[in-house]
Amino acid sequence: MIDVLIVGAGPAGSTMAKEMASRGFETLVVEKRQEIGAPKRCAEGVSGHGFEKLGIKLHPQSIARKIKGAILYSPSGKSVVMEGHGMEGFVLERKVFEKDLASQAIKAGAKYMVKTLAMGMEKHNNAWKVKVRSIEGIKEIEAKLVIGADGVESKVGKWAGLKTVNRITDYHSGIQFEMAGVNTSYDYIHLFFGREVAPLGYAWIFPKAFSANVGLGILEKAAKMRAYDYLKKFINEHEEIFKNAQPIEINAGGVPVAHFTRMIADGVMLIGDAAQLVNPIHGGGITRAMHSAIMAAEVAEKALKSGDVSKERLEEYEKMWDDEYGERTKKLMKLRAFLEKLEDKDFELLADILQGEDIYELTQAKLSFLVKKLITKPSLLRLAKKYLME
Amino acid sequence: MGLKINVDEGKCLYCGGCAGVCPVDAMMLDETRIVINDACIGCKLCIKFCPVGALSMEGEND
Repeated sequence: MIDVLIVGAGPAGSTMAKEMASRGFETLVVEKRQEIGAPKRCAEGVSGHGFEKLGIKLHPQSIARKIKGAILYSPSGKSVVMEGHGMEGFVLERKVFEKDLASQAIKAGAKYMVKTLAMGMEKHNNAWKVKVRSIEGIKEIEAKLVIGADGVESKVGKWAGLKTVNRITDYHSGIQFEMAGVNTSYDYIHLFFGREVAPLGYAWIFPKAFSANVGLGILEKAAKMRAYDYLKKFINEHEEIFKNAQPIEINAGGVPVAHFTRMIADGVMLIGDAAQLVNPIHGGGITRAMHSAIMAAEVAEKALKSGDVSKERLEEYEKMWDDEYGERTKKLMKLRAFLEKLEDKDFELLADILQGEDIYELTQAKLSFLVKKLITKPSLLRLAKKYLME
Repeated sequence: MGLKINVDEGKCLYCGGCAGVCPVDAMMLDETRIVINDACIGCKLCIKFCPVGALSMEGEND
């Protein structure tokens, strides 16, 4: 019997593997794909500030491009630039990034199996028996603790009796081309808003070394067509950017926005997308996923050492998460509810009154100044009302 | 049951988004295959979610 079985070798799973193996626990990671990090389901952007706070150091080869900030575009094309303190970031080469994380975990002593699918699990005395299928056939692995790092389509949570279904009302449908030949400024990420551009989401261009991720996320409830059709339309409507651009990769995925699901069961912890720990405003999940793994490992260590991995013992992990992110996430959900009410003309007004720094504050869940700003002009009162009437 | 979701292999990008929204755990992403079991209740949430329109109910087009 091993100490920890981690299902999924993404950023959350490999971070957890490193944390557990370096604490001396026998740790195995199973990854259903034949290659770690591919195909990506992600625009690959991360905030430099977020990584710094967690003490995560990026291998130079994991970075496809350093970014100065973001440029936001209203439906009519008005732009707001966000740059300077706290807005710098990176666009990763995820395949390299995830392999680097796995390498670090392996160096710490973790074992890995790729092209190995977890098929189900059963409680057996004080352990879980997880059935896996690999090239070598089907076998059972017994572990004291099972970590669900198995992404949006998490099975581990469901097997443990947790409700990890994503609600379609706030589960973004994402699609992306990685394209070569994109004509834009490669020092910034570019975000495009509008009901006709990406209903209740946004379109993006994230520049990489010699290509760019061009994609969008939409909510089904407001969409008139498929995410794929919106992306084709977006590309067609920006000839100046995409005239000479061609796809070199196509990606899709669901974005599991936070809705406070349980993250633990007896002998089971969920981390990252499997626990739906995505920022509700921008849909970024890498930093939160890695942070959840760091917290989970801290609690897992104590639980395993005490020989008690019961739900009650593991609750500390949920509490840690809630202390760090609970309040902020609630505020961001409120901001999101406001943004969902906005029409295109409202975005134009916001583009006129908000500076880059204001938008940064908003993404940091500092919202109180928004109402003050909105009541400065009569034309904005309608917006203030939308914000307050929640 | 008689319910059957069809996956258009020519369109599916194997993102697993459908499995993430299925309320009855009837779908699984098995690397480059979507596996659908007979727990399916025909709610069509997966069809609504799919970014590329790769899913349909048998006997219905889109």
